[in-house]
Amino acid sequence: MQLGQHLPILQVVIPLLSAPLCLLLRNGRLAWMFTLAVSWLVLAGAVWLLLQVLAHGTVSYALGTWPAPWGIEYHLDHVSAFVLLIVSGISAVVLPFAGKSVAREIPADRVSLFYTLYLLCLTGLLGIVITGDAFNLFVFLEISALSSYALISQGRDRRALTASYHYLILGTIGATFILIGVGLLYMMTGTLNMQDLAARLPAVTDTRTVRTAFAFLVVGISLKLALFPLHLWLPNAYTYAPSVVTAFLAATATKVGVYVLLRFVFTIFGAAFAFQAMSLGPILLVLALLAIFNASTVAIFQDNLKRMLAYSSVAQIGYMVLGISFASLTGLTAGILHLFNHALMKGALFLALGAVFYQLGTVQLTQLRGLGRRMPWTMAAIVIGGLSLVGVPLTVGFISKWYLILAALESGWWPVAVLVLLGSLLAMVYIGRLVETAYFHAPPEDDREVREAPLSMLLPIWTLILANLYFGIDTSLTVGVARQAAALLLGVSP
Amino acid sequence: MSPVFTMLLALTVPLVAVPLVVAARRRPNLRESVTLIAATLLFGLVVSLAPQVMDGARPAVILAEPFPGLPLALALEPLGLLFALIASFLWLITSVYSIGYMRGHKEQHQTRFYAYFAIALAAVMGVAFAGNMLTLFVFYEVLTLSTYPLVTHAGTDQARRAGRVYLGLLLGTSIVFLLLAIAWTWLLAGTTDFTPGGILSGTAPAATLGLLLTLYVFGVGKAALMPFHRWLPAAMVAPTPVSALLHAVAVVKAGVFTILKVSVYLFGSGLMITLVASQWLQYVAAATILLASLVAMRQDNLKARLAYSTISQLGYVVLGALLANAAGIVGSAMHIATHAFGKITLFFCAGVILVATHKTEISQMRGLGRRMPITMMAFLIASLSIIGLPPAGGTWSKWYLAIGTLEAGQLALLAVLMISSLLNIAYLLPIPLHAFFSAPSGDNVPGGTYEAPLFSLAAIIITTLGCLVLFFYPGPLYQLASQIGR
Repeated sequence: MQLGQHLPILQVVIPLLSAPLCLLLRNGRLAWMFTLAVSWLVLAGAVWLLLQVLAHGTVSYALGTWPAPWGIEYHLDHVSAFVLLIVSGISAVVLPFAGKSVAREIPADRVSLFYTLYLLCLTGLLGIVITGDAFNLFVFLEISALSSYALISQGRDRRALTASYHYLILGTIGATFILIGVGLLYMMTGTLNMQDLAARLPAVTDTRTVRTAFAFLVVGISLKLALFPLHLWLPNAYTYAPSVVTAFLAATATKVGVYVLLRFVFTIFGAAFAFQAMSLGPILLVLALLAIFNASTVAIFQDNLKRMLAYSSVAQIGYMVLGISFASLTGLTAGILHLFNHALMKGALFLALGAVFYQLGTVQLTQLRGLGRRMPWTMAAIVIGGLSLVGVPLTVGFISKWYLILAALESGWWPVAVLVLLGSLLAMVYIGRLVETAYFHAPPEDDREVREAPLSMLLPIWTLILANLYFGIDTSLTVGVARQAAALLLGVSP
Repeated sequence: MSPVFTMLLALTVPLVAVPLVVAARRRPNLRESVTLIAATLLFGLVVSLAPQVMDGARPAVILAEPFPGLPLALALEPLGLLFALIASFLWLITSVYSIGYMRGHKEQHQTRFYAYFAIALAAVMGVAFAGNMLTLFVFYEVLTLSTYPLVTHAGTDQARRAGRVYLGLLLGTSIVFLLLAIAWTWLLAGTTDFTPGGILSGTAPAATLGLLLTLYVFGVGKAALMPFHRWLPAAMVAPTPVSALLHAVAVVKAGVFTILKVSVYLFGSGLMITLVASQWLQYVAAATILLASLVAMRQDNLKARLAYSTISQLGYVVLGALLANAAGIVGSAMHIATHAFGKITLFFCAGVILVATHKTEISQMRGLGRRMPITMMAFLIASLSIIGLPPAGGTWSKWYLAIGTLEAGQLALLAVLMISSLLNIAYLLPIPLHAFFSAPSGDNVPGGTYEAPLFSLAAIIITTLGCLVLFFYPGPLYQLASQIGR
């Protein structure tokens, strides 16, 4: 089918062209509906592409019909198709929620501008995942980053500006490192196509230049995915950004960062070089464990709930990186699986907090007293999402945890397995604080009437919550794809 | 009806009751009828499974397969049937009791109470029917979470703190130790199915398997082995029916049931007997038996004393499971049943004393026997069952446990059992004796009987009769227990 063949490029072109069109729609509500339609279209495309990949293997698309090493190639395998589904899926769920939330948090004359930025950000994230060209990846990375700086700065709190600026500085440093790394690789191989790079690199791996390139890339990407201790931009950015932006970025942007890490480390450099010659394994392992314990502990002491969940995100990124650091089939499966599962949990939780913010105008813990009675559905969602974060059975968190400890035990690192489990107890503590406040304290006295969030907010939240439960029981899609993706990255049979 | 279908139905009946209870929240009589009907149905379903299981049927079904090769599965065997029978029967009795207690005590949020109670019971059925360790773990965690709102029912600061201890210890041990042990088992044996004879024999060196067993025994926080026992006294802040059914029967028995399952169906008797770690754990269980009894003697709060008594009695079951010889297993399984009837009666009594006289401390209960003769008689008989004296059922289970220690050649453990029985006498019997024979203390002015609410009294009489029946007709119970592991 003609259209089907061009689907890979349409995934990027549709949101990219929609962005300026959205700017022309001066009416905020129209802009929202337009963005929603675009996002759902993109999701349909992503599902179609994933089915294609599952049925026929890798999909390749030559841009402007220029053949691969010379032209830009779009390259979709199990890994990218899976992450593509995560990004477009989360966007499709977040947007119905956005309607009311954005209308309340963003001044009316800037709403269409907001959706323009949102579409650009979506374009960037989708582009990163779908492209098979290292430099093209950098370009999309910048598109998504620049638009997310602007999106974060739209938060109502004035501190959003400094948070955004902070992110801008650190994000630019990260991007520069990535650019330097890509540049060095180009210098040594004369190519930017990822497959081509992978083929040509082995001949020159034993050079200082390639090792330097590797170091620059890993550090730059780690900054982007907020690996401890390069996570400092994240808590403020997530705390002060508009609710919708936080939910969208928390569920997608860092996941795409992890995807880029996987792509460079496994596809381009190869596991052997990265984990034997460069001994990336222990480095990632230690940083991941530090991330889990440091960030979870800090999360316990946060009174702003968005900030609490932001630190929790840093810890959860630790879990993903931990899985990757084992460089084994089960470990990578766990890491990739947790990309998906964490997107579901954090998407749901940040949306639920968005609903709380919509009704209360604040997400300070003390203001949530007695909210369990007044916003029962929203709070129930937060409880289930929190349980998923802890890793209680029948939720997706349990599935991730199970594979992670299996991977640790398989590698013979049982202390790591114990640490992973102890880490989840910390999550129990910070979720427990929230539950106690919402259910055991009387509401604050000077109170106006607080009612349950509107249905247009509850539906997206509960869609994600039910997904948390569904994929905690039926894992044939998630584990199946994650395992195939892991096998592909390691070059072994699943 | 095929046994598999009956099993699935038994799992869903309590769940179906939940929305109905919530829907009937404005009409208490209808709401309680829903609970009673569900409980009766459930018990009927479980009873209908009994003959088939006794004839050797082992119905099994796969619910879902979250991990390739590692499904959520149900499989019924004698031990699970025994547990399901006890839990479902006592749910029915407790529901009757609750009506009297909750109304008599004018508790708040009764709908929430009955709803979470039903969820907890569904989880108990899941634990009882679980076909592999993963499934058991899933329902075990559901049970922990669904009982948290019941423990914190009062909503006070004290309840909140108790809830923290409860969740912290139960979720903490299960996540850190139990889950690790299950994952490890899966890697070693390639399965977690409950298989007669065990699945772990020969998969790893004895030291590794010993460590694994230790993880299991301490990972099951619900068995309240010291030092992970604090949650049980903490949970006593809950309304009495919760303490009675959940923290004397369903939750704690789910714990020792799990350990028994691990011993019989994962490790297998043959392997258990050879493990050195198993002996050390027996000493831990023995220490728990003695220490908890000693602590119980110092408690003046009746429910706290009963809680420590429960910890001590759970130690018996764990001990039998770890001895893992024929008499030990039979004794363990029978003790699950006899202790359930004895302890639930004691809690029922504590509850009606609270409702009728608002007394919680033992020192205030002198002379109470004249005002509440039936209650205090029931208390006496149930105490005898816990101690292990005729004419109550506890006699037989303690008898088999004692034989188990002898078979294993562990005279020290036999001595522990005997000393503990003496301690039980010392902390339980004075309560009814003082009630009947001492002069009333303080405001216990004699003057007519002042018995408990009728519903509650009926429940007490039934469970007390249960204690006696188990003494005079232990046959069916013994037969079921002796089939375990076949």
